[in-house]
Amino acid sequence: MSTSNFKIIADETTQPSKFNFNNENLAKAKKILKMYPNNFKESSIMPLLSMAQSQNDGWLPKKAIEYVSNFIEVPEIKVLEIATFYSMYNLSPVGKFHIEICTTTPCMLRGSDSMLNLCKKKFGLKVGEQTKDGQFSLGQVECLGACVNAPVVKINENYYEDLDSESLNKLLDNITMNKKIRIGPQSKRKGSEPIK
Amino acid sequence: MKKENIIFSNLYGKHDESIKGAIKRGDWKDISKILKLEKQDIINKIKDSGLRGRGGAGFSTGMKWDFMPKISGRQHYLVINADEGEPGTCKDRDIIRNEPHKLIEGCLISGYAIGADKCYIYIRGEFYNEAKILQTAIDDAYSKGFLGKDILGLKINFDIFIHYGSGAYVCGEETALIESLEGKKGQPRLKPPFPANVGLYGKPTTVNNVETIAVVPTILRRGAEWFSNLGRKNNTGSKIFCISGQVNKPCNVEEELGVPLKYLIQKYAGDVIGGWDNLLAIIPGGSSVPLLPKSECENVLMDFDSLKNAGSGLGTGGIIVMNKQTDIISAIARLSEFYKHESCGQCTPCREGTGWLMRVMKRLENNECTFEEVEMLEEVTHQIEGHTICALGDAAAWPIQGLLKHFKKDILKRIQKKNVA
Repeated sequence: MSTSNFKIIADETTQPSKFNFNNENLAKAKKILKMYPNNFKESSIMPLLSMAQSQNDGWLPKKAIEYVSNFIEVPEIKVLEIATFYSMYNLSPVGKFHIEICTTTPCMLRGSDSMLNLCKKKFGLKVGEQTKDGQFSLGQVECLGACVNAPVVKINENYYEDLDSESLNKLLDNITMNKKIRIGPQSKRKGSEPIK
Repeated sequence: MKKENIIFSNLYGKHDESIKGAIKRGDWKDISKILKLEKQDIINKIKDSGLRGRGGAGFSTGMKWDFMPKISGRQHYLVINADEGEPGTCKDRDIIRNEPHKLIEGCLISGYAIGADKCYIYIRGEFYNEAKILQTAIDDAYSKGFLGKDILGLKINFDIFIHYGSGAYVCGEETALIESLEGKKGQPRLKPPFPANVGLYGKPTTVNNVETIAVVPTILRRGAEWFSNLGRKNNTGSKIFCISGQVNKPCNVEEELGVPLKYLIQKYAGDVIGGWDNLLAIIPGGSSVPLLPKSECENVLMDFDSLKNAGSGLGTGGIIVMNKQTDIISAIARLSEFYKHESCGQCTPCREGTGWLMRVMKRLENNECTFEEVEMLEEVTHQIEGHTICALGDAAAWPIQGLLKHFKKDILKRIQKKNVA
């Protein structure tokens, strides 16, 4: 898999000038700090970064990293190190709908490559790019851990499973048209039971 | 397996997963009676049941717990490994979303047995919705008085926290998971010291897989003997198998250990696409174990020792089926890409080796390799294997070794064909 472009720190023109947790997240952040021993504040770096990312439309600007480091009083480099090591943190903007396609072997055996190609074609995107209107971005990820429901596509925080070209196409159309969509398997089953 | 022996009766989420439904199905029943047992008594019962860790390594759970210091005066931690990311494996996800109370109850009991009053469940960040269900279940357990301070008046304190991972396969390794929980990069630690002595925040820690912990309450309720009568000697109990790849009905299913692989696939997964004779090979225990060619799949039993003897492993129980329409080289090359992506970069043989393996596997896939390169590929896998801190290096080497062991002839034939043409 090619390194995702979303892991490259966005250029200065894209970076917002400031970042603060909103009130709701501030309260949550204080709760998170209490989960860990007082002298191990670093433990809250990951949850705080995740929260910052979801507050900032799915990506972490430099200011958010600086903010988290000030918030728990650890050196900024420690926070940046975490943000670059773990693959779920995006360091440049993603679309309103961030599509991530699992292409590891169990999904590959069930046709994930054609799911990926379908998305590339449909939106005119390469992996690591987003559409000009900022609606969609495309990522290729490693095993999402839903192998018996392969192929699996993750859009924002939801999984869409048991896909084929037809159902993925329909799903993406429905998203585009703001229609309600069913999370989980797009087939007749509820979870991981054998289809009757 | 007999219906009354099934542990995860709500594996498919057909019933109510909330605390009400869970209690109706027998979870939390007589929990105070279990918590009145001596700690060592619980550990001994788990030892007697023969339960082996369900996360891949298959180490005796009771023995692992016994390694924890008995009188330390220090904080002890229980850490649950819910960072499920082994390709082919998706069992913990079902437990978390459909049987969360089995896990929570298991945490309480195991935590009590090892003297821990704090538990972190490290769940992979992608399981966002699953973790929300788990958090609701934890909150419900608190409000019923099953968690918190002075549980059921037994003077036991126990807290559970969920910690989200953020997309690093290597954090499934227990010491990398601990590092990650401490807010560092998930890079495995050198052992010794083992986590039982110096673990999370330098304190005695036990790290267990979700499935391992989730079966503990049922074992204690139904008895160690009941559990050890399931499966085979030294491979006791039942296990969730995940059957993925080219089968007609991919699914998760709970079965006794020692069930024949062929039976499992034909009975539950609707057979291989194109029929059993269309089978090419199976990876029986998640991507990290060597594949088995069809001839080996005919009679092999699905348990730790049988699969080890067959030159593979039970691993996590993730069965990846490949039929004759699969290009096996590209299937394994894709795994090499996975390991290259997931190497944490700490040990040179793995950091450099996984990239090298991936590139040569790509060449092999495109039929650009020479005969010598195939030999070299095998040699390099042996140079990675066993020369790294954690097992990710081994895991990158084994699928390729399995491929070369069973399909070398086909690979060489392909190269020869190209040379002639």
